[in-house]
Amino acid sequence: MSDFLQHVINGLSAGTIYALVALGYTMVYGVLKLINFAHGDVMMMGTYVGYASALQFKQRGGFGMASVLAIFFLSMAACAAVGWLIERFAYRPLREKPKLTALITAIGISFAVSYGFQMDWGFLPGPNPRAFPEVIRRQPWLTLLDGEVTLWNWQVISFAVALGLMAGLQYLVFRTRFGRAMRAVSHDHRTAALLGIHTDRVIAVTFMLGSALAAGAGILFAIKDVKIEPLMGTQQGLKAFVAAVIGGIGNVPGAVVGAVLLGLVEEFVVGYTASSWRDAVAFGFLILVLLLRPEGLFGRVTAEKV
Amino acid sequence: MRSLLPALLAAASLLAGCEKKQPAQAPAAPATPELKAPAAPPPASDVILLGEVGSLTGAEATFGQSTHEGIQLALEQANAAGGVNGKKLEVRVYDDQGKPEEAANAAVRLINQDKVKLILGEVASTNSLAMADKAQAAKVPMVSPSSTNEAVTQKGDYIFRVCFIDPFQGYAMAKFARETLKLQNVAVLQDNKSAYSTGLTGVFQLRFAEMGGKVAGVESYSKGDTDFRAQLTALKKAKPDGIYIPGYYTDVGLIARQAQELGLKAVLLGGDGWESEKLFELGGSAVDGSYYTNHYSPDSPNPATQAFISAYKAKHNGKVPDSLAALAYDAANVAVAALRKSKSLEGPDIRDALAQTKDFDGAAGKLTLDEKRNATKPAVVLKVENGKAVFAASVSP
Amino acid sequence: MVPPGLRGVLPVVLACLALAAGQRLFGGQEFFVYVASLVGVNVVLAVSLNVVNGMTGQFSIGHAGFMAVGAYAAGRLSLPLGDVAVSGLPVAASDQLLFAVSLLAGGVAAAACGFVVGLPSLRLKGDYLAIVTLGFGEIVRVIIQNTPALGGALGLSGIPQRGSLFAVWLCAFLAVLVARRIAESSHGRSLTAIREDEVAAEAMGVNTTAYKVRAFVVSAFFAGVAGGLFAHFVPIINPGSFTFVKSMEVVVMVVAGGLGSTTGSILAAVVLTLLPEALRSGFNRFAGEGAGAVVDQVRMPVYGLLLVVLMLARPQGLFGTRELWDRRKGQGARP
Repeated sequence: MSDFLQHVINGLSAGTIYALVALGYTMVYGVLKLINFAHGDVMMMGTYVGYASALQFKQRGGFGMASVLAIFFLSMAACAAVGWLIERFAYRPLREKPKLTALITAIGISFAVSYGFQMDWGFLPGPNPRAFPEVIRRQPWLTLLDGEVTLWNWQVISFAVALGLMAGLQYLVFRTRFGRAMRAVSHDHRTAALLGIHTDRVIAVTFMLGSALAAGAGILFAIKDVKIEPLMGTQQGLKAFVAAVIGGIGNVPGAVVGAVLLGLVEEFVVGYTASSWRDAVAFGFLILVLLLRPEGLFGRVTAEKV
Repeated sequence: MRSLLPALLAAASLLAGCEKKQPAQAPAAPATPELKAPAAPPPASDVILLGEVGSLTGAEATFGQSTHEGIQLALEQANAAGGVNGKKLEVRVYDDQGKPEEAANAAVRLINQDKVKLILGEVASTNSLAMADKAQAAKVPMVSPSSTNEAVTQKGDYIFRVCFIDPFQGYAMAKFARETLKLQNVAVLQDNKSAYSTGLTGVFQLRFAEMGGKVAGVESYSKGDTDFRAQLTALKKAKPDGIYIPGYYTDVGLIARQAQELGLKAVLLGGDGWESEKLFELGGSAVDGSYYTNHYSPDSPNPATQAFISAYKAKHNGKVPDSLAALAYDAANVAVAALRKSKSLEGPDIRDALAQTKDFDGAAGKLTLDEKRNATKPAVVLKVENGKAVFAASVSP
Repeated sequence: MVPPGLRGVLPVVLACLALAAGQRLFGGQEFFVYVASLVGVNVVLAVSLNVVNGMTGQFSIGHAGFMAVGAYAAGRLSLPLGDVAVSGLPVAASDQLLFAVSLLAGGVAAAACGFVVGLPSLRLKGDYLAIVTLGFGEIVRVIIQNTPALGGALGLSGIPQRGSLFAVWLCAFLAVLVARRIAESSHGRSLTAIREDEVAAEAMGVNTTAYKVRAFVVSAFFAGVAGGLFAHFVPIINPGSFTFVKSMEVVVMVVAGGLGSTTGSILAAVVLTLLPEALRSGFNRFAGEGAGAVVDQVRMPVYGLLLVVLMLARPQGLFGTRELWDRRKGQGARP
C-alpha cells in the first residue's frame, strides 16, 4: 500500500514538471502552429541563469523568500528575452514559408544551444553536471502511514504552481482582450491582421510568455532533481512535448492532464514492470494515443485549410 | 532492379548448399597490412612514437583528460631518465568523442598513418573493444589503462590492461559487503545504458548469492536520467539493507539523494565509476557512509603511489590525481618498461616483453599480467566521509 | 547500339568495373578505405533520407533508427555466417555472397520497420511524423539494449569485416540510381505533388498515404543497407552509434544539399563527412597536438547554426531541387 501511494506521489511530481514545460509548448503551438523544438533548451538556459543567480545569493548569505522570488524573476526575464530574440530573428522571417522550414530551424536552434552549452569557452558551462543550490529548504509537508511515505514541501509548491499557472493561462486565453487576440491569430492570422490585431506583437508576447514559463519550470525541475547539465532540456522537452500531444496540442488543460498522465504511466511501468524499458514508455504511449485518437485526448479534429 | 532479382534468387538457392568452412582455409581478408606495407624501411629516427586514444570531448571528457595527464607525466619522466635506449618517447593522441567507431578510426590512423609502436587506451570498454580488433589485426600491442570489461583482452594476444577486471571488482564488493559489512539483503540498481554497469551487476548478483547473501531485486535506469524515485520505491518494498549501484558518479549522487528522500535506510555500494569530485557535489551529505571499490587510494602508504602523487601535484597545481590518471601512468610505465626490455621495436617482440610484466610496482599497486593479459592486483574499498573518500579496506584476488 | 533490354543494366556493369578498378588501386590503404567507406555509408543515408524528406516533403528525424535495425539484422546474421561457406564457390566469393545476403536482410528488416512505423504515422499530419520517427529511434535503442542476443549495451562485436570499397560504393551507386529512377517516374511526380500540396494532390486522385508509405519503405530499406555496410567495416556496433545525433547529421546533409536534390545530398554527405576529418588533421598539424579536439567540440553547435542560417538565407539548400543530370537548363528548377 505504502509503495502504491509513494508511486502516485512520484508520478504526480514528475508529471508536474512535464506539465509546466508542456504549457509553453502548447501555447506556442496554439498561436503559431509551430512545434518549438528549442523550448526544452530555453528551459535549460533559464535553469543556468537561475543557477548563476542562486550562487550569487548564496555568497551573500542564504535564501529568503525575496531571493527565491528574485531567482525566479531573473531567469524568467532572461528567458523571455531569449524567446523574443528567437522569435524575432529565427521564426518571424519564416512565417510565410512552408511549415517544414520553421521546424528545421527550431531543431537547429535546439542543437546549437544544447551542444553549444557543452563547450567550456568563456561563460559557457561545459559538459560537466552541476548541483543546483538548495534554494527552498526541503522539509516534509505531510507524513503518512507511520512515516513510510512523505510528501515534501517542494512537491506541493510545484503542484500548486502548475495548477495556478494552468488556471491563469486559461483565464488569459478565454477571458481577456489579449486572449481573444491570441485566439484570433491562432484561427487565421491574416484575417486577424486585417481586423486590426497586431499579429506580430501577439505572437511575440505569446512566445515570451512561453519561454518565461519554461524558465520557471526549469527552476522547479532543478529544485526537484538537483542536477543540471546542458542536455537536460532535450530530454525534459521531448517528454513534455509528448505530454502536450497526448493532451491535444494547443489545449491548455489538455497539456496538464496529458503531462500528469504521462508522469503516472511512466512511474507505474517502472515501478511494477521492467524498469529497463522506461525510455520506451513515453514514446510507446504517444504512438498508442496517436493511433487511437490522433487529435489527442482534449484536442478537436480540424480539417486542413486549403 | 528487375535484373537483380535472378541474382538474388540464385543467392538464396546457394544458401541451401552452405557448409562449414575448413579451418585450413585462410580468411578472405582482401589485403593484409603487412603485404601492402611499404617495402622501404622507415627513416631511422631518434623518436619512438606511441599512440593514445581517448575521449577528450563529449560527456566523458574528464576521463580522457585525466588519462592523458597520467600518460604525459609517465613519458616525461621516462624521457628525463634517458628514454628507451637513447630514443625519446612521444605520444600522439586522437579524440574519439566517446564513440566506438571513432575509436576504431583513431586506432587505424595511429597504426597506418603514424606507424606507432604501441597504443594506449581507451577508458570505456566498448571503445577499447573497437580498437582491440584493429590493433590485434595489425599486430600492434595495445595497453588499456582502465577498461575493466572482461571481453577486451579476449580480443587477442596483443591486447593488455593494467587494471583489474569487472568479475574481480564485483567479487571484491560482494565479499566486502558480505564479510565486512555483514549485509544480508542487497538490491541492485544498474545503468542499463552502460555495459560496464550491467556486467558488474551480473557478477555481483552471482557472487553475493554464492556467499550466502540474498539479492533482493534488480532495477535499471539509463545514464542521464534524473528521476530514480520509481525504481527506488520499487526496491524499497524488499527492505534491503544495502543497494549496489554500479553506475557513474553523474547519476549516483542523485540516486543517493533520492534514496534518502524516500526514507531508504540502506548502505549504498558502488564501483570505480563513482570516482570523481563531482560525486560529493551532486550527492551532498546523502553519499556519506557509502562504499565503493576503486583501483587505488591516494592515502595508500605505498612509496610508488606517493611518488606519483607528489610528481602529479607538482605539475598540476596541487591537484590530487584520480584513479584514471594513476592507471594511465601505470599503463604508460608498463609500456616503457616493455619497450626497454624488448629485443626490437617490432610488434611481436614488444608483445612478448609486455607479457612478461611481473610484480611491477605501479602507482595503483603492484601488478602482474596473467596469461590472459589482465592485471592481477588488489582492489581497494573506499568509504565516503564528509565529502571525501577514505581508505576502508583492501581486497586481494 | 545497346540492346534495349540491357539499357538498365549497363550503368550497373560500368559502375562495377570502375569500382573494381578502384578497389585494386586503393584497397590496401586501410585508412583511406575506412574514410571512403564512411563517406559511402553517409551518401547512402543522405540519398535515402532525401526520398522522404526532400522528394515527399515529410520530415523524418529517425533515420538512425532504421540504420540500427539494418546494422543489427545484418550483423547478427553475419556472425554465424562467418564460418560457413557456400559449396562450390571459392571462399572469397562465397564470403561476398553471404555478405550480400546479410545486407539484403538488413535492408528488408529496416524496410519492414519503415512500413510498420510509416503506415499509421503517415496518416497523421507532418509535424507528428517527426516526433514519431524520433520515438521510433528511441524504442529501437531500448529494444537493442534489452536484448542479450544483440549484445545489449556493450554492442555486437566480431562481425566478419567484409565491407570493402567496392561493396560500399556499389550500394551507394544503387541507392542513387533508385532515387533517380523514382524521381523521374510517375511515382516521383506523385511524391512531388504531395510535397507541393498534399490536399491538392489528394484531390487530383493521388493516394497520398500509399505513396508516402512507399517512399518511407524505400528510404528505410536503404538506411538498413547502410547500417549493414557500417556493421561490416566497424569492429563493434552498439546502440550509442545510432542516436538522435546521427539522425540529425543526416538531416543536416539533406537540408544543406537541398531538400529534393539527390545530387545535393551526395555532395553534402561527402563534404560534411570529410570536412571534420580534414579540419581535425589540419588543426593537429598546425596548431599543436590535441588542438583537433576543438573541431569535435564545435561540430554539433555548428551543425545547428548551419541549419538555422540555411533556412533563413537559402532554404532551398545548395542545389534546390536541381540535379546534375537535368538535361535542359532550369528543367528541374522551381522558385
